[in-house]
Amino acid sequence: MGEKQFRGQALSWQVQGGVIELALHRAPCNELGSLSLGELEQFASALDDLEKDASALILFSELKCGFCAGADLRELYERSQAMEKAEAARGVRDFLERIHRVLNRIDTAPLTTIAAVHGVTFGGGFELALVCDLIIADKMARFCFPELRLGLIPGFGGIPRLKRDLGNAVVRDLLLTGRSFNATKAQQIGLVSQVVSEGEALRAARATAAQIGKFDRQTAVAAKQFIKPVPHDELRREIDVFCELFSRPAVQAGLRRFVESTDAQPYLP
Amino acid sequence: MRSPICPENAALLEISREFRVTHMQTTDQTLDEILTLAAAHFKVPREKLSPDADFFKALGIDSLQTLDLLTRLENHFHVELPDYELQGVTDFRTLAAKIQARL
Repeated sequence: MGEKQFRGQALSWQVQGGVIELALHRAPCNELGSLSLGELEQFASALDDLEKDASALILFSELKCGFCAGADLRELYERSQAMEKAEAARGVRDFLERIHRVLNRIDTAPLTTIAAVHGVTFGGGFELALVCDLIIADKMARFCFPELRLGLIPGFGGIPRLKRDLGNAVVRDLLLTGRSFNATKAQQIGLVSQVVSEGEALRAARATAAQIGKFDRQTAVAAKQFIKPVPHDELRREIDVFCELFSRPAVQAGLRRFVESTDAQPYLP
Repeated sequence: MRSPICPENAALLEISREFRVTHMQTTDQTLDEILTLAAAHFKVPREKLSPDADFFKALGIDSLQTLDLLTRLENHFHVELPDYELQGVTDFRTLAAKIQARL
């Protein structure tokens, strides 16, 4: 039996008027590490119960900096430094397997899911938004896949999901240049469904969720299942490629550079 | 709560944007708009910002605020500025030239 309301250290959820709201609030910018993953797993378990009373799910951040800055690279670096190479590799694969299970659960939830994003939506944060059916962005939102600077690829399902939703050329542009882009561009390429004024993404998401609640639930679920297949094979392959790359010494050097960086654009090589 | 640009400055910026749309924008005009926008958003007196100043120091901004500035500039000038084109750019004048090249 899941909890209807939860307030954790990294995230919180509640159900109100048929809408589940999942709020991220781990400073400095919702980095996804072991703490966030544990609470996301609790949320995934609670979903079985929560979704009985809901038609929509909204993901948003309570922090000013943005939606989510991605994986907790400081934790990844420190943990991998403290372990033998083989043990670190096992730890990374285990982390990826666990977060994929959570994200696949949200991706396929029998709900219409909305990411309401603002500010930094980078790396794993971008991948978290990509599991949702709709992305509503405030005009200051910024998206990026910066993983190549570390000698890695995105590991939380970002490439297969972006490829599912958009063209391969867009994926190559974002992945291979590592550049960030704004909400207007994201809407032009079809990633974002609505761009709203600064600070208005959550309000717009709530209005959209209220509209969604008017549809017959069973029909909405059937429509989602028909239109949104989970790219399981590519997701599995992504974990393998990530783990192959992670075993190279260049990755540790890249992580160290990032952790120690005081650069204004630390996400660039 | 994010700090909004005050209505007076917002009105000036909008007039400036309309002027740019209907007239050929010069690099000096672009530079002036950048300085006005940066001063208004980061709450620094406009007269304290010089074209050749290091904007990280002049505005006192960190990496997240740098992204914020980049997005505000893109939204204001209706241009796309790839991050790598701005790598190593630290002064307002060079920033204006980069934006001017994309207007």
